[in-house]
Amino acid sequence: MNRVIPAALRPLVPEIVGLIVLLLFPILPLGWRSLHLPEVILFIPVQEFFDKLASQLPIIFILTILALGLNVVVGYTGLLHLGMGAFFGIGAYLTGILTVPGYPFEFGFWLALVCSTLGAALAGVMLGAPTLRLRGDYLALVTLGFGEVVRFSLRNLEEITAGTRALNPIPPPNLRWLGLSSGSWSDDMRPFYYLTLVMLVAVVWLLRNLERSRLGRAWFAIREDELAATCMGINAPRAKLAAFAVGSALAGLAGSLYATKLTTTAGPDAYDFNRSIIVLACVILGGLGSIRGVIVGSMLLVGFDNIVAPMLDGAIQKANINPSGNRFLMFTNWRLIIFGLALVLMMRFRSEGLLPARRDQQGGTA
Amino acid sequence: MSFLLLAEAATATAWEQFLQHCLIGLTTGLLIALIALGYTMVYGIIGLINFAHGDLFMLGAFLAMTLLGTLGITGIEATSGGAVGGLILCMAIVPLFCGGLNWSVDRIVYKPLRNAPKLAPLVSAIGVSFIFMNIGLLWGGAADVNFPKLVSETNLLGASAIQFTVKDLLVVSITVPIMLALTLFVKFTKLGKAMRAVEQNPVAAQLMGIHVDRVISATFVIGGALGGVASVVYALYINTISFQMGFQNGLYAFTAAVLGGIGKLPGAVLGGLIIGLARSLGSAYLGERWTGSLVFTILIVILVFRPSGLLGRSAQEKV
Repeated sequence: MNRVIPAALRPLVPEIVGLIVLLLFPILPLGWRSLHLPEVILFIPVQEFFDKLASQLPIIFILTILALGLNVVVGYTGLLHLGMGAFFGIGAYLTGILTVPGYPFEFGFWLALVCSTLGAALAGVMLGAPTLRLRGDYLALVTLGFGEVVRFSLRNLEEITAGTRALNPIPPPNLRWLGLSSGSWSDDMRPFYYLTLVMLVAVVWLLRNLERSRLGRAWFAIREDELAATCMGINAPRAKLAAFAVGSALAGLAGSLYATKLTTTAGPDAYDFNRSIIVLACVILGGLGSIRGVIVGSMLLVGFDNIVAPMLDGAIQKANINPSGNRFLMFTNWRLIIFGLALVLMMRFRSEGLLPARRDQQGGTA
Repeated sequence: MSFLLLAEAATATAWEQFLQHCLIGLTTGLLIALIALGYTMVYGIIGLINFAHGDLFMLGAFLAMTLLGTLGITGIEATSGGAVGGLILCMAIVPLFCGGLNWSVDRIVYKPLRNAPKLAPLVSAIGVSFIFMNIGLLWGGAADVNFPKLVSETNLLGASAIQFTVKDLLVVSITVPIMLALTLFVKFTKLGKAMRAVEQNPVAAQLMGIHVDRVISATFVIGGALGGVASVVYALYINTISFQMGFQNGLYAFTAAVLGGIGKLPGAVLGGLIIGLARSLGSAYLGERWTGSLVFTILIVILVFRPSGLLGRSAQEKV
């Protein structure tokens, strides 16, 4: 076994196995349908679960990119950021403005994706430049306040953002050079599935390299002790600003993909404080600063939120336990408690997360 | 204020409107200040932004609603004796509940994290805030809930164009004495002195024989109780409550605390009044929908240019 896998790839085995499973997942379907799985195994509706999983995985990939962006700021650099939802929204709305037919731009997906990423990064720099000298908890408050200002602005600048009606329809990506007509996007989940998966893999690759770069090591040093890092000649304000820029850029990228996937910008409330906190919960559950942890954390929490919770609600509805619509019996009414408990319990009992970042003897983070 | 009212009562309505908005702003500002005191006390003692404080305030309002509902007090048409009795009951039970809840959250959640990195209790507080918000959602449902109208809106200024109703009087007559009492308490009692000592230097305070944990617990109880009082008065004043009101008002109150200089009691009151004025004048002259943005812009600007607030002294974090 050890000879089969080259030494350089050995630490990456979980990632590679996961990637292979995810790559094969949509091809199997032919697969999972032809397996003739019984519809229900041990009271679990397997068929329904796999169908839901197939439709929700692109969203999970997108939110994982968002969580990885937040991880750059919170996990690598140690700055608590409570307004990531705003940058997600900025990315989504920039894509909306640049692609929706009502506007003069109609850039198409790819150019809009690049513009949204850069635009969100710019917004991150604009927020970060004046505020990064603040103490930890004050910085958290400023990011939170910024998030709320962005949300209010998205709602109130109706001439630009269409307010709560949101911008739509956002056209699907153009992949004609792959032999995909644009019509197939809505019928077939696979093109988008692979698009988001490729983006996620690219982001993970980028971050793995960043972690080992001069900048990445500067981030870790600042997280451990900013004063000591500054004394060692690290330009802390610049490194922090870079973390804000990279994190916001990833959030913008995720927002752009999200809006394209939904074909609408989904209204300002999709980018509120709850979104920021749920993403934070993903990062903390998985492990601050650990790419693998963040991926697992996002899969677990977003998967729970988008797949398990609706299925439970569906089951309750089907079983007709709750004909009167009692709100205590609606599972979606309990989701904030789940996220809140995840934060509280993780902080109390396992603050390093499920899959903590490895820190080797030399002090760096691998 | 009243002098100005008399002088200008007969002239331009624009001026009267301005005064009216100022009056509303100051009244709501007192409420915000009462919540802000809870933030500022806890921050002063253990340096934690108690994120859950706003949602504690929200739960207090729901408890008051449930209490009044159980007693069958539904509105002003209920006998005034019943209404007054219900109010007194709420004023007694809700602060107790909020103080106790705040105390238990500190015991269960924050206390084990006293020596953890600073972000750990803050993240926990956000988690507690989410849990409270969800409890509020289960308690009152997702929609706004009407709170019984127990206080009349008779204008105390008679036929004047400016309204100063019994409601406003209620807010002033409850919040102002409480703030005065709190100031006297912190200045002159033994526990108050201990609080100030812990705030300055916990280790030194402990060496002087102060039971630091007990002081912290007391701070949480008092802060929570103030939030409880604020919640009852708020519900009586606004008459609609919802599970999301804690987040909004909590942020306003926190902004007020920071604006005045966090950790400083007079600062919280001053900040509350300013935020109240900004909200009321903002919604009058900028439009209702921009007031949120206005308040948060104030928050950001204050934090960036004067992080120590109006009344605070700047302090170096680490040298």
